[in-house]
Amino acid sequence: MKNTKKLISFIMVVTMILALCSVSALADGEAFKLGATGPLTGGAAIYGNAAANGAQIAVDEINAEGGIQFELKYEDDAHDAEKAVNAYNALKDWGMQISLGSVTSAPANATSAENFADRIFALTPSASAPTVIDGKDNVFQMCFADPNQGGASAQYISDMALGSKIAIIWKNDEDYSTGIRNSFVTKAEELGLEIVSETTFAAGNDTDFSVQLTEAQNAGADLVFLPMYYQPASLILSQAAAMGYAPKWFGVDGMDGILTMEGFDPTMAEGVMLLTPFNADSEDEATVAFVEKYQELYNEVPNQFAADAYDCVYALKQALEAAGATPDMTNEELNDLMIEQFTSMTFDGLTGDGMTWDSTGAVSKSPKGMVIENGVYVGLD
Amino acid sequence: MKTKKLTLNKNVRMNFVTYGVVIAAYAILQTMVATGSISSSLKGMLVPICAYVVMAVSLNLTVGVLGELSLGHAGFMSVGAFTGVTAALALQGVVASGPLRLLIGMVVGAVFAAIAGVLIGIPVLRLKGDYLAIVTLAFGEIIKSLLNNFYVGVDGSGLHFSILTNKMAMDETGRIIINGPMGITTIEKLSTFTAGFLLVMVTLIIVFNLVNSRSGRAFMAIRDNRIAAESVGLNVVKYRLMAFVTSAALAGAAGTLFAMNYSTIIANKFDFNTSILILVFVVLGGLGNMLGSIIAAAALTILPEMLRSLQDYRMLIYAIILILVMLVTNNAQLKSLFSRIIPHKKEAADNE
Amino acid sequence: MTFLNYLLSGISLGSIYAIIALGYTMVYGIAKMLNFAHGDVIMVGAYICFFAVARYHMPPVVGVLAAMAVCTVLGIVVERLAYKPLRAAPSLAVLITAIGVSYFLQNGAQLLWTPNPKVFSSVVGTGRLALFGGQLTVSYVTITTIVSCIVIMVALTWFTGNTKMGKAMRACSEDKGAAQLMGINVNSTISVTFAIGSALAAVAGVLLCSAYPTLVPTTGSMPGIKAFTAAVFGGIGSIPGAFVGGLLLGVIEIFAKAYISTQLSDAVVFAVLIVVLLVKPTGLLGKKVSEKV
Repeated sequence: MKNTKKLISFIMVVTMILALCSVSALADGEAFKLGATGPLTGGAAIYGNAAANGAQIAVDEINAEGGIQFELKYEDDAHDAEKAVNAYNALKDWGMQISLGSVTSAPANATSAENFADRIFALTPSASAPTVIDGKDNVFQMCFADPNQGGASAQYISDMALGSKIAIIWKNDEDYSTGIRNSFVTKAEELGLEIVSETTFAAGNDTDFSVQLTEAQNAGADLVFLPMYYQPASLILSQAAAMGYAPKWFGVDGMDGILTMEGFDPTMAEGVMLLTPFNADSEDEATVAFVEKYQELYNEVPNQFAADAYDCVYALKQALEAAGATPDMTNEELNDLMIEQFTSMTFDGLTGDGMTWDSTGAVSKSPKGMVIENGVYVGLD
Repeated sequence: MKTKKLTLNKNVRMNFVTYGVVIAAYAILQTMVATGSISSSLKGMLVPICAYVVMAVSLNLTVGVLGELSLGHAGFMSVGAFTGVTAALALQGVVASGPLRLLIGMVVGAVFAAIAGVLIGIPVLRLKGDYLAIVTLAFGEIIKSLLNNFYVGVDGSGLHFSILTNKMAMDETGRIIINGPMGITTIEKLSTFTAGFLLVMVTLIIVFNLVNSRSGRAFMAIRDNRIAAESVGLNVVKYRLMAFVTSAALAGAAGTLFAMNYSTIIANKFDFNTSILILVFVVLGGLGNMLGSIIAAAALTILPEMLRSLQDYRMLIYAIILILVMLVTNNAQLKSLFSRIIPHKKEAADNE
Repeated sequence: MTFLNYLLSGISLGSIYAIIALGYTMVYGIAKMLNFAHGDVIMVGAYICFFAVARYHMPPVVGVLAAMAVCTVLGIVVERLAYKPLRAAPSLAVLITAIGVSYFLQNGAQLLWTPNPKVFSSVVGTGRLALFGGQLTVSYVTITTIVSCIVIMVALTWFTGNTKMGKAMRACSEDKGAAQLMGINVNSTISVTFAIGSALAAVAGVLLCSAYPTLVPTTGSMPGIKAFTAAVFGGIGSIPGAFVGGLLLGVIEIFAKAYISTQLSDAVVFAVLIVVLLVKPTGLLGKKVSEKV
């Protein structure tokens, strides 16, 4: 009982301190309030922070131009559906008019349902599971959906005759990895590609890959498909090198970022192929400018999450301008305008030219085949 | 004799205070919801708070009353969430009423969690202390690992199950309910604050009646001295299993309530960290103190949300607050320091 | 040969678990608390070594020593501030405080060092020995890990058995009150235990990241839980038990992946653990304590 009282008084003190802390930057009605959730802490923090940084750069650039003004707020969801809904609700209290959805798929499944129910338009930079947009008319994706990636990878491998015996290593407790793997297998069967080994790993069991690699090697795989993020991929590459196993490696967009890891030996990734919409080493003007600014501000090379989020803000700007929207509109009004714009417009960004969206919310853009040579990406075709 | 009567009365009084606090909180919050004077943020947390309160109270039965450390309570929540939601979803179109489907879901969740409780309870009974704790931890991890590879579909002919692969022989009306690591993504949001409140009340009634019964006194006798309890003829196995299974069943119902509040649920949500979080509620609120569990569960669910304005430092401050609260409430010197600052606390300290 | 390769991987993984488990078991045996922050001290150790070697170009030995020094200080400071005031409190209160410390270290690391993964370069190089005409390969990291694990185990057994401080530790472990009456400074004994445990954590962190080179603020948490499992598996509080438990856990994990299913390996590992505890309720080498009424 005594402890309980003490607890209550403690919590109350904290509440009061916090109530004093809250501040608001811009008055209502001057800027569009963009809200988003992403993992800013915890194991997936790298993705959330990259997206938040990328979006912030775009917002600062646009605000500096003087036309449309944005106010951006990223809230932490720690890569968890429950916390994402909490974060989403906090953003609603803040007055969010348009949403950048959630950065990762599992939280996005939860927040997109809220977006749909509340009629707040969402354009997610990187939540790529098809269930995120499924049945929700106002949720759009900037990244391509997982099944497209898996299918496109199988097609690419088949077209280019990259390998005859394929091994797959995937993370079977993650929807991103599992989704790509499932569509890859379906497409591979269609194309008659031979899959000789399939092995998995899961969170908490993602450091030792000796078994997976030995199985692939014993099965005689000459190409290993790695539908996963770059962090486990870097471990696989280094352990394969330690074993002396050197097949061809084929990754997906999550592999992007592997070269920017501090301390990573780029020779490990020599010859790794991947399909990715964004390439930080690209020489086009917009990418160079973005990468420079990002490095200056955050002291690291941006990955595709940053680029996708950057593109999201610019796509919203284009749509808002075309629709003649003003910041005093309600979220319902903006929602209808944005749906109309996004299903009809074409957008050029860092992650692709001539992007269009269909009414399901999926983007159409083509991934670029890349191969890592001497520590840089080189176009495959 | 006199003292015994007094403590009993004190217990009963405490129970009524607990009911009163819960009902009052419900009445106030429900009025705020009705008048629209509640923030979206707090409104969105009402159902999860109810679920966590049930989790904390049920875990307190195992940890506080029975005296066994469990590190896998989220496992039962997981079993309840997945089975309950599957039942509710499979009955879509069969049972029209949403609240009724939620109720069926909670009952199914509780039953399956109770079955899991029996299965895990039998080995648990052979062990003590930290060895018991590690078995519950192992159990939570096994559940998580299995559910991540578990696929359930429903079609005209009923439910289909599959492990490791999503290929199931379903007709064209078939839809997948549990999709391995993607979990369930098509949940209807049936949970309401009222449903959560009712579950909390039911939980409290069950737990208080159990604790204040012959069985409850047996639990505490076993906690305080197992050998002595055994020697006076108590069936230790029976009573331990009873407390453990009740706790699991309540956690299962809470799991269904929790899951039905979101459109999606994945197995990884119910990992070791969630078990630990619930244990934190219990210890912070006080072992055996149900009102404490309720307040700690609510406060620690709201706290990280209130810290949002601190941005990057949020979880760091949360950790510091957690450590400080533990130090203040458990260290004799700090306690007396506090009671000097706040005078009326001193009496309370003296009374205890 | 494949079997032997798997066995070697298992032993290599297991020896890392074993080193972490030794730290757990030391602290548990003497302070009777489950130090859930142990895994995060590992992470701090790995970061210190990483920065010393990769950023400041110090030789690996200096990096390891720096990591050990920092972790020792960290262990003592944490013990003084967070655990010592709770010496008289129930053990669960200390457990929750340890969890708070774990959150604190993880989030602090994230703020200090960003969540971006760092690639740790092995302190012993990436070379490997080829045996039987190249059919069996053993990396230097594996050899170093196994050797350090055995050395640490033997040293700890000797230390607790033969030195004055070691005997004081065992006395505290048996009965703190009686130890104090015999003139043993219980507080400083516990501090020394934490210092040793944390220094071991630093070594474990360096070896963990040498074998599996990605370093993030959550690097230590899962190995920490696995090592805790290993410590219980072997009989918590027992030094040889932690060693055996760690090795077995590593081998079972690899074999479960190789011969049963990579998808269900975690379930298999924990199922084996439950079965073992059913047969030996106090772990493999745990003491059977008879209760007095």
